[in-house]
Amino acid sequence: MKRLTVPALLAAIFAVLLWATMTGVLNAYWQSVIMFMGVNVILATSLNIINGNMGEFSCGHAGFMAVGAYVSSLLSVALFAKSAVFGDPLLSPDLAVWLFPLVLLAGSLAASVVGLLVAIPSFKTRGDYLAIITIAASYIVKSTIENIGVIGGARGFMGMTGVMNAMNDTAKLPWILIWVFLGTVFSVCVIRRFIYSTFGKGVDAICQDEIAAEIMSVNTDRVKLVAFMVSCGLAGLAGGLFAHILGYVNPGTFTILKSTEIMVMVYLGGMGSLSGSVLAAILMTLLIEYLRDAFGFINTFLHYISVIPDSYEVTQVWKWVLIPLLLVLLMQFRPEGIMGRRELADVFPGLRKFYKFKG
Amino acid sequence: MALLDVKEMTQYFGGLCAVSEFSVSLEPGQMVALIGPNGAGKTTVFNLISGFYKPTRGDILFKGESIKGLKPHQVTGRGIARTFQNIRLWFEMTVLDNIRIAQHHALGYGLWDCFLRTPRYMQSERAIEDHAMDVLTRLGLREVAHEYPKNLPYGVQRMVEIARALSIRPALLMLDEPAAGLNSSDVEGLIKLIGDIHKDFGLTVWMIEHQMDVVMTLCSWIKVIDFGATIAEGGPAAIQNSPEVIKAYLGDDTI
Repeated sequence: MKRLTVPALLAAIFAVLLWATMTGVLNAYWQSVIMFMGVNVILATSLNIINGNMGEFSCGHAGFMAVGAYVSSLLSVALFAKSAVFGDPLLSPDLAVWLFPLVLLAGSLAASVVGLLVAIPSFKTRGDYLAIITIAASYIVKSTIENIGVIGGARGFMGMTGVMNAMNDTAKLPWILIWVFLGTVFSVCVIRRFIYSTFGKGVDAICQDEIAAEIMSVNTDRVKLVAFMVSCGLAGLAGGLFAHILGYVNPGTFTILKSTEIMVMVYLGGMGSLSGSVLAAILMTLLIEYLRDAFGFINTFLHYISVIPDSYEVTQVWKWVLIPLLLVLLMQFRPEGIMGRRELADVFPGLRKFYKFKG
Repeated sequence: MALLDVKEMTQYFGGLCAVSEFSVSLEPGQMVALIGPNGAGKTTVFNLISGFYKPTRGDILFKGESIKGLKPHQVTGRGIARTFQNIRLWFEMTVLDNIRIAQHHALGYGLWDCFLRTPRYMQSERAIEDHAMDVLTRLGLREVAHEYPKNLPYGVQRMVEIARALSIRPALLMLDEPAAGLNSSDVEGLIKLIGDIHKDFGLTVWMIEHQMDVVMTLCSWIKVIDFGATIAEGGPAAIQNSPEVIKAYLGDDTI
């Protein structure tokens, strides 16, 4: 019975979301907030494998997200929508609903292959040096995309709205919300299964004492390779979903600032805590949305009391001051994050009475 | 056939000869010791055999096959387990998890089994857990299975490290100063423990040790090295009376 609690809860949330979206209880704004929550949960939990469990410092997660975003967008547009770049769709748009998961999967696979760019150096390199490599890798991705003119270069690529419309023609459902929800549940499930297995615990062993891990028969190169590929692949999945929520992608989105945003979520949640990352991703999304209103309010207020000149407006750009600042404060006052290395069930042991996972 | 056959193994670090033409042949079931003054190259010998470094010259045969140049995890997979001079447990995970992770050589499943929780995965995980609990029970560590090593006393941490090495089901167990940092009553317990596991698990034990009561009580054969070179070998009595050994430890009495 206990084993069914979590699936039942998820099914209930899914049903409520579907109902609320279709009846219009949830307006378009809140739908997008919820979808970004999902994307952020995938990003934070996948980065947590590297920055939390493995104890490495990857600051190029946005780069892998970009790979997934572009590969799946290009594929979906080429296959299912009429566009300026690819012309007529290669397949019937009716198939979009059925083949969309495969498109997302292709994006993830591409991202995990690009992840090799970081995974292979990680065999010999650790710590700061690997962090530099991750930044470099994300810039390689970004610059490459910016310089391919056919797919829009720095202007970005669009046309994914056509794919979503094609799905809508098949059946009138909030498709993108469905995909984001399924993608999020899939990712968290995959990550949980990985890091709780004896195989995946090798990642923690590498973090705590790599030499002991190698001597105790852990093939550290293989474990690192798998961890990086899983992490980057799921970042690619998040990217694919992200691109289809917005309907267009722009390489300017996937900068070091985006990576920082993801890192803040991981550190806020607690390094190595899966439930912490999920929680922090949800909190951060809400915070960022709240800041949107807050900046408007602060702007009006500061103009009202005439602290700032009339010619200056406090805009969203300040988000990029506040988020890194949050990281500074977090590291200073609660470096272990909300949950520390613990999971929800460790913090509230009472919860164990209500749910259980298979293995 | 010898279980481990090290042939004229030599290791240079830059211009420094850390180990010079080291040869040893261990028969199955033996309990032997490697001793020598500080900096003699004892731990380097262990590191060479476990695959941390590749010897500059010479060969290492285990069960008749060369293991020279294999990675540490491959060497361990072949059946050589070791402990460390300074305890190297994973302190932030439970004792049980420490033992479980040491079963990576016998996983028998891949990433996809992990994702899909296939029967193969479930079976393997159950076998690993049973085996881990079995080893812990045999060493009397069952009660601490769910404790974190960081919260355990030093002597128990040593035991856990030995349990972790044993859980690999090695044919050869290499102990690097197992008695370091233990008080005299702990040392007595350790001598009994090593004697017991040697008998019960039927393995070959090779130890580096400074405490002579451990070495003299347990080991049938002792090899002494100094500055990377072998200076004496033989039974406990012969070593105790060897002028070379006395000179290496206490210095020359002629000025």
